[in-house]
Amino acid sequence: MRPILKRLDVGANERREIVQDEWKYLGEEGAPVAAAGAVAPGAPAAAGATITAAGAALIVPFVELAKYRGYAGRLGVLLSPADAVEDLGDDVKRLSLVAVTFPSAGEGRGFTQGRLLRSARFGFEGELRAVGAGVKQDLLFIMARCGFDAFELAPGQKVEEALRALDRYSVAYAPAEPVPSVKLQRFHAA
Amino acid sequence: MYQYDQLDQAFVDQRVAEFRDQTRRFLAGELSEDEFKAVRLRNGLYIQRHAPMLRIAVPYGLLSSRQLRKLGEIAQRYDRGYGHFTTRTNLQLNWPKLADVPDILAELATVQMHSIQTSGNCIRNVTADHLAGIALDEVDDPRPYCEIIRQWANLHPEFTYLPRKFKFAVTGSAEDRAASEVHDIGLHLRRDAQGNIGFQVLVGGGLGRTPIIGQVIREFVPLPDLLSYCDAILRVYNRYGRRDNIHKARIKILVKAVGIAKFRDQVETEWRASQDISPRLDMAEVERIRAFFKPPAYESLPNIEACAGREPEFQAWYRYNTRPHKVCGYRAAFVSLKAHGENPGDISSAQMAAVADLADRVSFGMVRVTHTQNLLLADVKQAELYGVWQELRRLGLATPNIGTLTDMIACPGLDFCSLANAGTLKVAHQIQKQFDDLDYLYDLGDIEIKMSGCMNGCGHHHVGHIGILGVDKHGEEWYQITLGGSVNGSTALGQVIGPSVAQADVASTIERIVEIYRAEREDGERFIETFRRIGVKPFKEGVYAAHSEAA
Repeated sequence: MRPILKRLDVGANERREIVQDEWKYLGEEGAPVAAAGAVAPGAPAAAGATITAAGAALIVPFVELAKYRGYAGRLGVLLSPADAVEDLGDDVKRLSLVAVTFPSAGEGRGFTQGRLLRSARFGFEGELRAVGAGVKQDLLFIMARCGFDAFELAPGQKVEEALRALDRYSVAYAPAEPVPSVKLQRFHAA
Repeated sequence: MYQYDQLDQAFVDQRVAEFRDQTRRFLAGELSEDEFKAVRLRNGLYIQRHAPMLRIAVPYGLLSSRQLRKLGEIAQRYDRGYGHFTTRTNLQLNWPKLADVPDILAELATVQMHSIQTSGNCIRNVTADHLAGIALDEVDDPRPYCEIIRQWANLHPEFTYLPRKFKFAVTGSAEDRAASEVHDIGLHLRRDAQGNIGFQVLVGGGLGRTPIIGQVIREFVPLPDLLSYCDAILRVYNRYGRRDNIHKARIKILVKAVGIAKFRDQVETEWRASQDISPRLDMAEVERIRAFFKPPAYESLPNIEACAGREPEFQAWYRYNTRPHKVCGYRAAFVSLKAHGENPGDISSAQMAAVADLADRVSFGMVRVTHTQNLLLADVKQAELYGVWQELRRLGLATPNIGTLTDMIACPGLDFCSLANAGTLKVAHQIQKQFDDLDYLYDLGDIEIKMSGCMNGCGHHHVGHIGILGVDKHGEEWYQITLGGSVNGSTALGQVIGPSVAQADVASTIERIVEIYRAEREDGERFIETFRRIGVKPFKEGVYAAHSEAA
């Protein structure tokens, strides 16, 4: 059981909910495992060679993604800070979820990964989830502004405080993804 | 100067509320040391040798008299009655109590000030030319653009957790008085053939452990694209800057590693591809901000002979501590924070209040902080200079040494800073004592001494004509001397003259160096010019020959 803080209907009438995670990470209990004959990473997905059996909604690490292109269920990917979003290629269209890792408070590459995924260049519209030990209340506001709509809170985080933290500022300067608490913003994108 | 609107005020107020809650959680044990560190640094709060140190932002060095008075009050009430101005034109308080910091920030917010992003791996306080708006050689006033950058950088959602700190400087003059070439991004105001404002953009400069001079990444970025271009640079840096080694994490290391040509390609590609998420400046907004920096209501006055019939002390002050002004009948006057026997950049609460009063009387209620750790009254009527001098002299702020050897830059050093390897203040006092004779100082002319207590280089030692770097040698404080550094005109990094010297020998070593200059100089040649002509060798030989004789 893993609670996820979710922003639903992101926009003016946004709602927040704490839901039990319906996704499984590759290798955790209840997750499908790679079948024999799975293709090597990067190789074209040949019919029959990939995993097609429907199972739980599955999150695979980026390096494993190629093997799971043919996965019949909902598919998500877990990015590490060093992963380049460009390398997702056309898989962006196939993915229902991208989980971005914030391993510590100081690691800020995930903000750019999120922002790029939500830009027109990548156009990712699925669930953008922040995961890792760095997902704590003091970063939630800027994570939301970078386009994150789901937060797998680090252990020990208080849900009520996290919910409040999402609305910490009513103003902002730089253009970013809309969050409902921000009523005034100075600069705007082209 | 810029006045906060509803958005700006709400932002700093909410920031104070956030930090108050973070401090409460830390003191209640709900936030670990590491978690609190990440947020306190981004609010200017260090844990130092004796106490916390709070670094208050003075954006592009501009202060109203009301703000300076408030800084004096805060230093009196929450600290020991003085503050220290830094090379980023910030004010540091060395003895605040952690539990008081939220109250200090709340007081700052009442005068439209803050300490946001004065430390931490994020975009720091933006600096500018201290003669902005009054310089004779200016394309345009850089301060409105500094203000735009200040706002854009505040809690930037994507760039608040960078690999390392990130510093901007903006200058509008031909002469670079903002050390812009040793900044992560240096912006030089330019006009294109049609007269449109834009910026020459330099990237990858910086001091610290690996000093590097910035390189031009783009000759002209039109004003509407200023922030989108900076976004692109920051995005490339945030993605590819090193995070595995704190000493190799600045953007200068990335630019050096990939080369400026490839780095430029990456930035330009990113810039073109991400227009939909990048800010484009609205000219109405730019005009709104520019309007706050309109020239004050100057009177129509003739130029006068301010020194005629005055005593030599005033004439010396006029010559060294005042600068020309683009408006006839006015001059800019330095408030020297380099009195002999005082710590460079330090100012007492009483002095802050008195300078604020003086600014109200003679300089439109405005004061500027210079990156050389002095203050400046920018708009003084020439006819009032004599009265200003008398008042500053009474306050101990008229030491006529601006631009001379004792107008030295020094970080707080080992006495306060937990990063330092060696003290700077004792050495500064030694040098002041050794060079106490003003006639001798004036004979030496323009010499910039810059001193840092460690290789982080807060005292800009790499770009001092004479640079002094404190090093730790088996638990003793030693000092490495460099010569030939410069940031004005042609930026250059100093060259090490030889083995470091003991603390007791620094001032005498400096004296030997300037004596070699005196012996070698040709007519009217400044120290840096002689150095460039004759090179480091004669200095090296002279200094160490004298040492071995003594030994």
